[in-house]
Amino acid sequence: MYSARVLEHLENPRHIGEVVGATVRGESFNPVCGDRMTITLRIDDGVIHEACFLVDGCPPSIAAGSVLTGLLIGLPVAEATRLTPRRISTELDGLPRNKEHCAILAIDGLRSALAALPADKRPGQPVEDRVVD
Amino acid sequence: MRRVYLDNSATTRVDGEVVAAMLPYLTDNFGNASSTHFWGQQARQAIEDARRRVAGCLNANPGEIVFVSGGTESDNLAIKGVAEAYAEKGRHLITTRFEHSAVVNSCADLESRGWQVTYLPVYSEGIVRIEDLRAALTDNTVLVSVMHANNEIGTIQPIGEISRVIRERREAGQNHLFLHTDAVQTVGKIPVDVQDLGVDLLSCSSHKFNGPKGCGVLYVRRGVRLHKQLHGGHHERDLRSGTENVAQIVGLARALELATADLPARMEHCRRLRDRLESTLLAEVPYIRVNGDPSRRVPGVTNINFDFVEGEGLQISLDLKGIAVSTGSACSSGATEPSHVLVALGLDAETGRGTIRFSFGRDNDEEDVDQVVRVLPELVGKLRQLSPRAREIFAREIAESAVGRHV
Repeated sequence: MYSARVLEHLENPRHIGEVVGATVRGESFNPVCGDRMTITLRIDDGVIHEACFLVDGCPPSIAAGSVLTGLLIGLPVAEATRLTPRRISTELDGLPRNKEHCAILAIDGLRSALAALPADKRPGQPVEDRVVD
Repeated sequence: MRRVYLDNSATTRVDGEVVAAMLPYLTDNFGNASSTHFWGQQARQAIEDARRRVAGCLNANPGEIVFVSGGTESDNLAIKGVAEAYAEKGRHLITTRFEHSAVVNSCADLESRGWQVTYLPVYSEGIVRIEDLRAALTDNTVLVSVMHANNEIGTIQPIGEISRVIRERREAGQNHLFLHTDAVQTVGKIPVDVQDLGVDLLSCSSHKFNGPKGCGVLYVRRGVRLHKQLHGGHHERDLRSGTENVAQIVGLARALELATADLPARMEHCRRLRDRLESTLLAEVPYIRVNGDPSRRVPGVTNINFDFVEGEGLQISLDLKGIAVSTGSACSSGATEPSHVLVALGLDAETGRGTIRFSFGRDNDEEDVDQVVRVLPELVGKLRQLSPRAREIFAREIAESAVGRHV
Protein backbone atom coordinates (compact mmCIF):
# COMPACT_ATOMS: atom_id res chain seq x y z
CA MET A 1 0.00 0.00 0.00
CA TYR A 2 2.77 2.45 0.97
CA SER A 3 6.30 2.69 -0.44
CA ALA A 4 9.22 1.39 1.62
CA ARG A 5 10.31 5.01 2.02
CA VAL A 6 6.99 6.06 3.60
CA LEU A 7 7.24 3.13 6.01
CA GLU A 8 10.84 3.97 6.82
CA HIS A 9 9.88 7.56 7.73
CA LEU A 10 6.96 6.23 9.79
CA GLU A 11 9.35 4.06 11.79
CA ASN A 12 12.06 6.71 12.05
CA PRO A 13 10.58 10.16 11.62
CA ARG A 14 13.22 12.93 11.49
CA HIS A 15 13.17 16.44 12.98
CA ILE A 16 10.28 15.92 15.39
CA GLY A 17 9.30 18.72 17.72
CA GLU A 18 9.65 22.48 17.67
CA VAL A 19 12.80 24.46 16.87
CA VAL A 20 13.97 26.30 20.00
CA GLY A 21 14.12 30.00 19.20
CA ALA A 22 12.33 29.49 15.88
CA THR A 23 12.19 32.41 13.47
CA VAL A 24 8.76 31.40 12.19
CA ARG A 25 6.04 28.91 12.93
CA GLY A 26 3.37 27.65 10.53
CA GLU A 27 0.31 25.48 10.90
CA SER A 28 -1.79 23.60 8.44
CA PHE A 29 -5.03 21.74 8.93
CA ASN A 30 -7.12 19.53 6.72
CA PRO A 31 -10.65 20.05 8.06
CA VAL A 32 -11.94 17.02 6.18
CA CYS A 33 -9.54 14.39 7.50
CA GLY A 34 -8.61 16.19 10.72
CA ASP A 35 -4.84 16.01 10.10
CA ARG A 36 -2.91 18.91 11.63
CA MET A 37 0.76 19.86 11.11
CA THR A 38 3.04 22.37 12.77
CA ILE A 39 6.29 23.51 11.13
CA THR A 40 8.91 25.62 12.91
CA LEU A 41 11.98 27.08 11.17
CA ARG A 42 15.11 28.97 12.18
CA ILE A 43 16.17 31.24 9.34
CA ASP A 44 19.37 33.28 9.19
CA ASP A 45 20.48 35.36 6.22
CA GLY A 46 17.77 33.96 3.99
CA VAL A 47 18.73 30.33 4.67
CA ILE A 48 16.78 27.74 6.69
CA HIS A 49 19.17 26.34 9.29
CA GLU A 50 16.77 24.29 11.37
CA ALA A 51 13.36 22.77 10.64
CA CYS A 52 11.06 20.66 12.81
CA PHE A 53 7.52 19.33 12.48
CA LEU A 54 4.71 17.88 14.58
CA VAL A 55 1.65 16.15 13.19
CA ASP A 56 -1.63 14.56 14.20
CA GLY A 57 -2.03 12.41 11.15
CA CYS A 58 -1.73 9.17 9.25
CA PRO A 59 1.51 7.48 8.05
CA PRO A 60 1.89 9.51 4.83
CA SER A 61 1.38 12.77 6.76
CA ILE A 62 4.13 11.74 9.18
CA ALA A 63 6.39 10.77 6.27
CA ALA A 64 5.60 14.03 4.45
CA GLY A 65 6.55 16.15 7.48
CA SER A 66 9.70 14.14 8.00
CA VAL A 67 10.86 14.33 4.39
CA LEU A 68 9.92 18.01 4.04
CA THR A 69 11.92 19.12 7.08
CA GLY A 70 14.89 17.12 5.76
CA LEU A 71 14.67 18.97 2.43
CA LEU A 72 14.41 22.35 4.14
CA ILE A 73 17.54 22.26 6.26
CA GLY A 74 20.22 24.25 4.47
CA LEU A 75 17.81 25.50 1.81
CA PRO A 76 17.57 29.22 0.90
CA VAL A 77 14.08 30.58 1.62
CA ALA A 78 13.72 31.51 -2.06
CA GLU A 79 14.08 27.84 -2.99
CA ALA A 80 11.85 26.64 -0.15
CA THR A 81 8.97 28.71 -1.56
CA ARG A 82 9.24 26.70 -4.77
CA LEU A 83 8.78 23.29 -3.09
CA THR A 84 5.57 21.58 -4.19
CA PRO A 85 3.42 18.70 -2.97
CA ARG A 86 4.59 16.82 -6.05
CA ARG A 87 8.19 17.05 -4.86
CA ILE A 88 7.22 15.62 -1.46
CA SER A 89 5.35 12.79 -3.13
CA THR A 90 8.33 12.07 -5.41
CA GLU A 91 10.73 12.03 -2.45
CA LEU A 92 8.48 9.40 -0.86
CA ASP A 93 8.49 7.26 -4.04
CA GLY A 94 4.85 8.20 -4.63
CA LEU A 95 1.75 8.30 -2.47
CA PRO A 96 -1.52 6.47 -3.10
CA ARG A 97 -3.92 8.78 -4.95
CA ASN A 98 -6.24 9.07 -1.94
CA LYS A 99 -3.28 10.14 0.25
CA GLU A 100 -1.92 12.95 -1.90
CA HIS A 101 -3.52 15.44 0.49
CA CYS A 102 -0.82 14.48 3.01
CA ALA A 103 1.86 16.06 0.79
CA ILE A 104 -0.37 19.14 0.44
CA LEU A 105 -0.72 19.34 4.24
CA ALA A 106 3.09 19.49 4.61
CA ILE A 107 3.54 22.15 1.92
CA ASP A 108 0.65 24.18 3.37
CA GLY A 109 2.44 24.07 6.74
CA LEU A 110 5.65 25.30 5.12
CA ARG A 111 3.86 28.11 3.29
CA SER A 112 2.09 29.14 6.48
CA ALA A 113 5.50 29.39 8.20
CA LEU A 114 7.11 31.37 5.37
CA ALA A 115 4.12 33.73 5.25
CA ALA A 116 4.98 34.66 8.84
CA LEU A 117 8.29 36.15 7.71
CA PRO A 118 8.42 39.97 7.65
CA ALA A 119 7.57 41.23 4.17
CA ASP A 120 11.13 42.37 3.44
CA LYS A 121 12.47 38.86 4.20
CA ARG A 122 10.00 37.13 1.88
CA PRO A 123 11.33 36.36 -1.56
CA GLY A 124 7.91 36.56 -3.24
CA GLN A 125 4.57 34.79 -3.17
CA PRO A 126 4.59 30.99 -2.87
CA VAL A 127 4.00 29.12 -6.08
CA GLU A 128 0.32 28.23 -6.40
CA ASP A 129 0.91 24.58 -7.14
CA ARG A 130 -1.32 22.23 -5.25
CA VAL A 131 -1.42 19.52 -7.90
CA VAL A 132 0.53 16.41 -7.07
CA ASP A 133 -0.15 13.90 -9.85
CA MET B 1 10.79 -11.87 12.62
CA ARG B 2 8.22 -13.72 14.70
CA ARG B 3 4.79 -12.83 13.30
CA VAL B 4 1.68 -12.52 15.43
CA TYR B 5 -1.77 -12.71 13.87
CA LEU B 6 -4.39 -10.92 15.96
CA ASP B 7 -6.97 -10.31 13.25
CA ASN B 8 -9.10 -13.43 13.62
CA SER B 9 -12.32 -11.43 13.26
CA ALA B 10 -11.19 -10.63 9.71
CA THR B 11 -10.37 -14.20 8.78
CA THR B 12 -8.77 -17.35 10.17
CA ARG B 13 -6.27 -19.98 9.07
CA VAL B 14 -7.89 -23.02 7.43
CA ASP B 15 -7.53 -26.03 9.72
CA GLY B 16 -5.32 -28.83 8.32
CA GLU B 17 -8.06 -31.40 8.93
CA VAL B 18 -10.45 -29.20 6.96
CA VAL B 19 -8.05 -29.06 4.02
CA ALA B 20 -7.73 -32.85 4.12
CA ALA B 21 -11.51 -33.25 4.10
CA MET B 22 -11.81 -30.91 1.11
CA LEU B 23 -9.04 -32.32 -1.08
CA PRO B 24 -10.87 -35.38 -2.49
CA TYR B 25 -13.57 -33.02 -3.82
CA LEU B 26 -10.99 -31.00 -5.70
CA THR B 27 -9.43 -34.12 -7.24
CA ASP B 28 -11.08 -37.54 -7.69
CA ASN B 29 -14.61 -36.68 -6.53
CA PHE B 30 -15.16 -33.84 -8.95
CA GLY B 31 -18.77 -34.55 -9.88
CA ASN B 32 -21.57 -32.03 -10.32
CA ALA B 33 -24.07 -32.71 -7.53
CA SER B 34 -26.95 -32.25 -9.97
CA SER B 35 -25.77 -35.17 -12.14
CA THR B 36 -27.48 -38.51 -11.69
CA HIS B 37 -24.39 -40.67 -12.41
CA PHE B 38 -21.84 -42.08 -9.97
CA TRP B 39 -19.68 -38.93 -9.77
CA GLY B 40 -22.66 -36.65 -9.37
CA GLN B 41 -24.20 -38.79 -6.66
CA GLN B 42 -20.92 -38.92 -4.79
CA ALA B 43 -20.93 -35.10 -4.70
CA ARG B 44 -24.62 -35.01 -3.76
CA GLN B 45 -24.01 -37.36 -0.88
CA ALA B 46 -21.12 -35.22 0.39
CA ILE B 47 -23.28 -32.06 0.32
CA GLU B 48 -26.23 -33.69 2.07
CA ASP B 49 -23.89 -35.17 4.66
CA ALA B 50 -22.39 -31.68 5.21
CA ARG B 51 -25.89 -30.23 5.52
CA ARG B 52 -26.80 -32.74 8.24
CA ARG B 53 -23.60 -31.96 10.14
CA VAL B 54 -24.09 -28.19 9.93
CA ALA B 55 -27.73 -28.55 10.98
CA GLY B 56 -26.58 -30.62 13.95
CA CYS B 57 -24.12 -27.94 15.07
CA LEU B 58 -26.76 -25.18 14.87
CA ASN B 59 -29.66 -27.32 16.22
CA ALA B 60 -31.57 -26.90 12.96
CA ASN B 61 -33.15 -29.35 10.52
CA PRO B 62 -31.02 -30.22 7.46
CA GLY B 63 -33.79 -28.90 5.21
CA GLU B 64 -33.37 -25.45 6.79
CA ILE B 65 -29.69 -25.09 5.78
CA VAL B 66 -28.91 -23.25 2.52
CA PHE B 67 -25.30 -23.17 1.33
CA VAL B 68 -24.22 -19.84 -0.17
CA SER B 69 -20.96 -18.09 -1.09
CA GLY B 70 -20.37 -16.41 2.29
CA GLY B 71 -21.70 -13.98 4.85
CA THR B 72 -22.44 -11.21 2.37
CA GLU B 73 -24.60 -13.39 0.14
CA SER B 74 -26.28 -14.89 3.17
CA ASP B 75 -27.25 -11.44 4.52
CA ASN B 76 -28.41 -10.27 1.08
CA LEU B 77 -30.57 -13.35 0.54
CA ALA B 78 -32.11 -13.12 4.02
CA ILE B 79 -32.93 -9.42 3.98
CA LYS B 80 -33.87 -8.79 0.36
CA GLY B 81 -35.33 -12.29 0.09
CA VAL B 82 -37.80 -11.76 2.95
CA ALA B 83 -38.55 -8.12 2.05
CA GLU B 84 -39.39 -8.99 -1.55
CA ALA B 85 -41.31 -12.17 -0.70
CA TYR B 86 -43.55 -10.34 1.81
CA ALA B 87 -43.72 -6.95 0.11
CA GLU B 88 -47.52 -7.11 -0.06
CA LYS B 89 -47.66 -7.61 3.74
CA GLY B 90 -45.58 -4.59 4.64
CA ARG B 91 -42.54 -2.61 3.57
CA HIS B 92 -40.88 -1.79 6.85
CA LEU B 93 -37.66 -3.28 8.24
CA ILE B 94 -35.80 -2.72 11.49
CA THR B 95 -32.06 -3.09 11.93
CA THR B 96 -29.30 -1.40 13.95
CA ARG B 97 -26.87 1.41 13.31
CA PHE B 98 -23.81 -0.79 13.49
CA GLU B 99 -24.49 -3.76 11.26
CA HIS B 100 -21.97 -5.18 8.81
CA SER B 101 -22.00 -3.42 5.44
CA ALA B 102 -23.68 -6.49 3.87
CA VAL B 103 -26.74 -5.74 6.01
CA VAL B 104 -26.44 -1.94 5.82
CA ASN B 105 -26.19 -1.94 2.04
CA SER B 106 -28.92 -4.54 1.53
CA CYS B 107 -31.20 -2.25 3.56
CA ALA B 108 -30.01 0.79 1.60
CA ASP B 109 -30.90 -0.99 -1.64
CA LEU B 110 -34.39 -1.73 -0.33
CA GLU B 111 -34.78 1.90 0.82
CA SER B 112 -33.93 3.07 -2.70
CA ARG B 113 -36.77 0.85 -3.94
CA GLY B 114 -39.44 2.16 -1.59
CA TRP B 115 -38.99 0.17 1.64
CA GLN B 116 -38.66 1.98 4.96
CA VAL B 117 -35.89 1.02 7.36
CA THR B 118 -35.54 1.98 11.04
CA TYR B 119 -32.00 1.91 12.44
CA LEU B 120 -31.96 1.25 16.19
CA PRO B 121 -29.36 3.07 18.32
CA VAL B 122 -26.78 0.99 20.20
CA TYR B 123 -25.50 3.59 22.71
CA SER B 124 -21.98 3.71 24.15
CA GLU B 125 -22.26 0.12 25.40
CA GLY B 126 -22.85 -1.16 21.85
CA ILE B 127 -26.05 -3.05 22.67
CA VAL B 128 -29.57 -2.51 21.31
CA ARG B 129 -32.33 -1.84 23.82
CA ILE B 130 -35.55 -3.79 23.77
CA GLU B 131 -37.69 -0.68 24.46
CA ASP B 132 -36.31 0.91 21.26
CA LEU B 133 -37.26 -2.21 19.31
CA ARG B 134 -40.78 -2.21 20.76
CA ALA B 135 -41.19 1.45 19.84
CA ALA B 136 -39.97 0.88 16.29
CA LEU B 137 -42.20 -2.12 15.45
CA THR B 138 -45.24 -1.32 13.31
CA ASP B 139 -47.97 -3.38 11.66
CA ASN B 140 -46.00 -3.02 8.43
CA THR B 141 -42.76 -4.44 9.81
CA VAL B 142 -41.83 -7.69 8.08
CA LEU B 143 -38.23 -8.15 9.18
CA VAL B 144 -36.01 -7.36 12.15
CA SER B 145 -32.30 -7.92 11.43
CA VAL B 146 -29.92 -7.57 14.39
CA MET B 147 -26.40 -8.94 14.33
CA HIS B 148 -25.55 -11.56 16.94
CA ALA B 149 -22.19 -9.94 17.79
CA ASN B 150 -20.65 -6.83 16.35
CA ASN B 151 -17.64 -7.35 14.11
CA GLU B 152 -15.59 -4.40 15.39
CA ILE B 153 -16.24 -4.37 19.13
CA GLY B 154 -17.60 -7.88 19.72
CA THR B 155 -20.64 -6.92 21.81
CA ILE B 156 -23.34 -9.61 21.89
CA GLN B 157 -26.90 -8.53 21.15
CA PRO B 158 -29.91 -9.80 23.14
CA ILE B 159 -31.28 -11.94 20.30
CA GLY B 160 -33.27 -14.20 22.63
CA GLU B 161 -35.10 -11.21 24.13
CA ILE B 162 -35.68 -9.75 20.68
CA SER B 163 -37.19 -13.03 19.50
CA ARG B 164 -39.60 -13.01 22.45
CA VAL B 165 -40.85 -9.56 21.42
CA ILE B 166 -41.31 -10.82 17.86
CA ARG B 167 -43.19 -13.87 19.14
CA GLU B 168 -45.56 -11.64 21.17
CA ARG B 169 -46.40 -9.68 17.99
CA ARG B 170 -46.97 -12.90 16.09
CA GLU B 171 -49.25 -14.23 18.80
CA ALA B 172 -51.16 -10.96 18.55
CA GLY B 173 -51.75 -11.70 14.86
CA GLN B 174 -48.76 -10.22 12.99
CA ASN B 175 -47.88 -13.48 11.24
CA HIS B 176 -45.52 -12.05 8.66
CA LEU B 177 -42.85 -10.71 10.97
CA PHE B 178 -39.46 -12.43 10.94
CA LEU B 179 -36.15 -12.20 12.79
CA HIS B 180 -32.77 -12.47 11.05
CA THR B 181 -29.39 -12.39 12.74
CA ASP B 182 -25.98 -11.97 11.14
CA ALA B 183 -24.04 -14.49 13.22
CA VAL B 184 -20.85 -14.26 11.18
CA GLN B 185 -18.86 -13.26 14.29
CA THR B 186 -20.39 -15.82 16.65
CA VAL B 187 -20.81 -19.16 14.87
CA GLY B 188 -17.80 -21.25 15.87
CA LYS B 189 -16.88 -18.66 18.54
CA ILE B 190 -19.70 -18.96 21.09
CA PRO B 191 -22.65 -21.38 21.33
CA VAL B 192 -25.19 -20.69 18.59
CA ASP B 193 -28.47 -22.60 18.74
CA VAL B 194 -31.20 -21.39 16.41
CA GLN B 195 -33.92 -22.78 18.70
CA ASP B 196 -32.54 -21.05 21.80
CA LEU B 197 -32.07 -17.80 19.90
CA GLY B 198 -35.55 -18.09 18.38
CA VAL B 199 -34.45 -16.70 15.02
CA ASP B 200 -36.09 -17.32 11.66
CA LEU B 201 -32.97 -16.67 9.62
CA LEU B 202 -29.28 -16.78 10.54
CA SER B 203 -26.18 -16.02 8.47
CA CYS B 204 -22.68 -17.35 8.97
CA SER B 205 -19.42 -17.60 7.08
CA SER B 206 -16.96 -20.47 6.94
CA HIS B 207 -13.66 -18.56 6.95
CA LYS B 208 -14.39 -17.01 10.35
CA PHE B 209 -14.10 -20.44 12.04
CA ASN B 210 -11.05 -21.95 10.33
CA GLY B 211 -12.93 -23.04 7.22
CA PRO B 212 -12.34 -22.01 3.60
CA LYS B 213 -13.29 -18.62 2.15
CA GLY B 214 -16.11 -18.41 -0.38
CA CYS B 215 -18.65 -20.45 1.55
CA GLY B 216 -21.39 -19.63 4.03
CA VAL B 217 -24.75 -20.69 5.32
CA LEU B 218 -28.18 -19.17 5.53
CA TYR B 219 -30.43 -20.91 8.02
CA VAL B 220 -34.06 -20.47 6.95
CA ARG B 221 -36.69 -21.72 9.37
CA ARG B 222 -39.24 -23.97 7.69
CA GLY B 223 -42.22 -21.94 6.52
CA VAL B 224 -40.30 -18.70 5.85
CA ARG B 225 -40.52 -17.70 2.18
CA LEU B 226 -37.67 -15.98 0.35
CA HIS B 227 -37.54 -14.29 -3.03
CA LYS B 228 -34.43 -15.75 -4.65
CA GLN B 229 -31.63 -13.35 -5.56
CA LEU B 230 -29.64 -15.49 -8.03
CA HIS B 231 -31.65 -16.89 -10.89
CA GLY B 232 -30.71 -20.10 -12.67
CA GLY B 233 -31.21 -23.75 -11.83
CA HIS B 234 -33.18 -25.14 -8.93
CA HIS B 235 -30.28 -25.65 -6.52
CA GLU B 236 -30.55 -25.36 -2.74
CA ARG B 237 -34.34 -25.75 -2.47
CA ASP B 238 -34.62 -23.33 -5.39
CA LEU B 239 -33.36 -20.53 -3.12
CA ARG B 240 -29.83 -20.22 -4.51
CA SER B 241 -29.03 -21.14 -8.09
CA GLY B 242 -25.53 -22.21 -9.04
CA THR B 243 -23.59 -25.48 -9.08
CA GLU B 244 -22.76 -26.32 -5.49
CA ASN B 245 -19.16 -25.70 -4.42
CA VAL B 246 -18.72 -29.20 -3.03
CA ALA B 247 -15.20 -28.92 -1.60
CA GLN B 248 -15.99 -25.64 0.19
CA ILE B 249 -19.24 -27.00 1.60
CA VAL B 250 -17.46 -30.12 2.90
CA GLY B 251 -14.75 -27.89 4.40
CA LEU B 252 -17.28 -25.59 6.05
CA ALA B 253 -19.06 -28.51 7.69
CA ARG B 254 -15.82 -30.06 8.97
CA ALA B 255 -14.58 -26.71 10.30
CA LEU B 256 -17.87 -26.07 12.11
CA GLU B 257 -17.84 -29.54 13.64
CA LEU B 258 -14.28 -29.06 14.89
CA ALA B 259 -15.05 -25.60 16.30
CA THR B 260 -18.25 -26.79 17.96
CA ALA B 261 -16.60 -29.82 19.57
CA ASP B 262 -13.81 -27.65 20.94
CA LEU B 263 -15.95 -24.61 21.78
CA PRO B 264 -15.64 -24.32 25.59
CA ALA B 265 -11.85 -24.74 25.44
CA ARG B 266 -11.48 -22.25 22.55
CA MET B 267 -13.65 -19.69 24.31
CA GLU B 268 -11.68 -19.96 27.53
CA HIS B 269 -8.37 -19.80 25.65
CA CYS B 270 -9.36 -16.66 23.72
CA ARG B 271 -10.89 -14.99 26.77
CA ARG B 272 -7.75 -15.56 28.84
CA LEU B 273 -5.45 -14.11 26.17
CA ARG B 274 -7.76 -11.15 25.46
CA ASP B 275 -8.12 -10.31 29.16
CA ARG B 276 -4.39 -10.57 29.73
CA LEU B 277 -3.68 -8.18 26.86
CA GLU B 278 -6.41 -5.77 27.90
CA SER B 279 -5.49 -5.60 31.59
CA THR B 280 -1.77 -5.16 30.85
CA LEU B 281 -2.35 -2.39 28.32
CA LEU B 282 -4.86 -0.59 30.55
CA ALA B 283 -2.29 -0.65 33.36
CA GLU B 284 0.69 0.43 31.25
CA VAL B 285 -0.62 2.87 28.64
CA PRO B 286 -2.34 6.08 29.75
CA TYR B 287 -5.25 7.60 27.81
CA ILE B 288 -6.74 4.38 26.46
CA ARG B 289 -10.14 2.79 26.92
CA VAL B 290 -12.08 -0.25 25.76
CA ASN B 291 -15.03 0.40 23.45
CA GLY B 292 -18.36 -1.32 24.11
CA ASP B 293 -19.71 -3.15 27.16
CA PRO B 294 -16.82 -5.34 28.35
CA SER B 295 -19.13 -7.78 30.14
CA ARG B 296 -21.16 -8.73 27.06
CA ARG B 297 -18.62 -9.56 24.36
CA VAL B 298 -17.41 -12.55 22.37
CA PRO B 299 -14.36 -13.90 24.19
CA GLY B 300 -11.58 -13.16 21.70
CA VAL B 301 -12.19 -9.52 20.76
CA THR B 302 -11.16 -6.21 22.25
CA ASN B 303 -11.48 -2.81 20.62
CA ILE B 304 -9.25 -0.22 22.23
CA ASN B 305 -9.15 3.50 21.76
CA PHE B 306 -5.72 5.19 21.98
CA ASP B 307 -6.03 8.95 22.45
CA PHE B 308 -3.66 11.23 20.45
CA VAL B 309 -2.77 8.43 18.03
CA GLU B 310 -4.04 7.89 14.50
CA GLY B 311 -5.26 4.32 14.07
CA GLU B 312 -3.62 3.59 10.76
CA GLY B 313 -0.27 4.87 12.01
CA LEU B 314 -0.42 2.50 14.97
CA GLN B 315 -1.72 -0.41 12.91
CA ILE B 316 1.07 -0.10 10.34
CA SER B 317 3.70 0.49 13.04
CA LEU B 318 2.55 -2.76 14.69
CA ASP B 319 2.65 -4.53 11.33
CA LEU B 320 6.26 -3.42 10.88
CA LYS B 321 6.96 -5.18 14.20
CA GLY B 322 5.23 -8.34 12.96
CA ILE B 323 1.85 -7.82 14.66
CA ALA B 324 -1.31 -7.91 12.53
CA VAL B 325 -4.37 -6.08 13.88
CA SER B 326 -7.02 -3.89 12.31
CA THR B 327 -8.09 -0.29 12.78
CA GLY B 328 -11.56 1.18 12.94
CA SER B 329 -10.57 4.36 11.20
CA ALA B 330 -8.82 4.76 7.91
CA CYS B 331 -8.05 8.01 6.22
CA SER B 332 -8.94 7.89 2.55
CA SER B 333 -9.87 10.46 -0.08
CA GLY B 334 -8.96 13.13 2.42
CA ALA B 335 -11.55 12.03 4.94
CA THR B 336 -10.68 10.25 8.16
CA GLU B 337 -14.00 8.91 9.24
CA PRO B 338 -14.30 6.66 12.22
CA SER B 339 -16.17 3.55 11.11
CA HIS B 340 -19.97 3.67 11.28
CA VAL B 341 -19.68 1.30 14.24
CA LEU B 342 -17.61 3.79 16.27
CA VAL B 343 -19.94 6.62 15.23
CA ALA B 344 -22.90 4.52 16.44
CA LEU B 345 -21.19 4.25 19.85
CA GLY B 346 -21.12 8.05 19.98
CA LEU B 347 -17.39 8.50 19.40
CA ASP B 348 -16.55 11.82 17.75
CA ALA B 349 -14.17 12.03 14.81
CA GLU B 350 -11.22 13.06 16.98
CA THR B 351 -11.68 10.29 19.55
CA GLY B 352 -12.45 7.63 16.97
CA ARG B 353 -9.17 8.23 15.12
CA GLY B 354 -7.06 5.94 17.27
CA THR B 355 -9.00 2.70 17.43
CA ILE B 356 -7.45 -0.76 17.15
CA ARG B 357 -9.20 -4.15 17.17
CA PHE B 358 -7.29 -7.14 18.51
CA SER B 359 -9.04 -10.45 17.75
CA PHE B 360 -7.74 -13.76 19.06
CA GLY B 361 -8.14 -17.26 17.71
CA ARG B 362 -7.25 -20.76 18.77
CA ASP B 363 -3.73 -20.53 17.26
CA ASN B 364 -2.66 -17.60 19.47
CA ASP B 365 -0.66 -18.10 22.64
CA GLU B 366 0.68 -16.11 25.58
CA GLU B 367 3.89 -15.28 23.75
CA ASP B 368 1.74 -13.40 21.21
CA VAL B 369 0.29 -11.26 24.00
CA ASP B 370 3.76 -10.69 25.44
CA GLN B 371 5.08 -9.57 22.06
CA VAL B 372 2.31 -6.96 21.78
CA VAL B 373 2.87 -5.78 25.33
CA ARG B 374 6.61 -5.47 24.68
CA VAL B 375 6.28 -3.20 21.65
CA LEU B 376 2.94 -1.41 21.80
CA PRO B 377 3.46 1.03 24.70
CA GLU B 378 6.66 2.28 23.09
CA LEU B 379 5.01 2.66 19.67
CA VAL B 380 2.12 4.60 21.20
CA GLY B 381 4.59 6.83 23.05
CA LYS B 382 6.54 7.44 19.86
CA LEU B 383 3.45 8.39 17.86
CA ARG B 384 2.26 10.66 20.67
CA GLN B 385 5.63 12.42 20.54
CA LEU B 386 4.61 13.54 17.05
CA SER B 387 1.25 14.88 18.12
CA PRO B 388 0.91 18.63 18.79
CA ARG B 389 -2.36 17.92 20.62
CA ALA B 390 -0.77 15.34 22.92
CA ARG B 391 2.16 17.70 23.67
CA GLU B 392 -0.21 20.52 24.62
CA ILE B 393 -2.21 18.33 26.98
CA PHE B 394 0.78 16.59 28.54
CA ALA B 395 2.57 19.94 29.06
CA ARG B 396 -0.54 21.33 30.77
CA GLU B 397 -0.76 18.26 33.01
CA ILE B 398 2.89 18.53 34.00
CA ALA B 399 2.43 22.24 34.75
CA GLU B 400 -0.73 21.60 36.78
CA SER B 401 0.86 18.79 38.80
CA ALA B 402 3.86 21.07 39.50
CA VAL B 403 1.48 23.79 40.74
CA GLY B 404 -0.28 21.17 42.85
CA ARG B 405 2.97 20.16 44.50
CA HIS B 406 3.76 23.74 45.49
CA VAL B 407 0.32 24.21 47.03
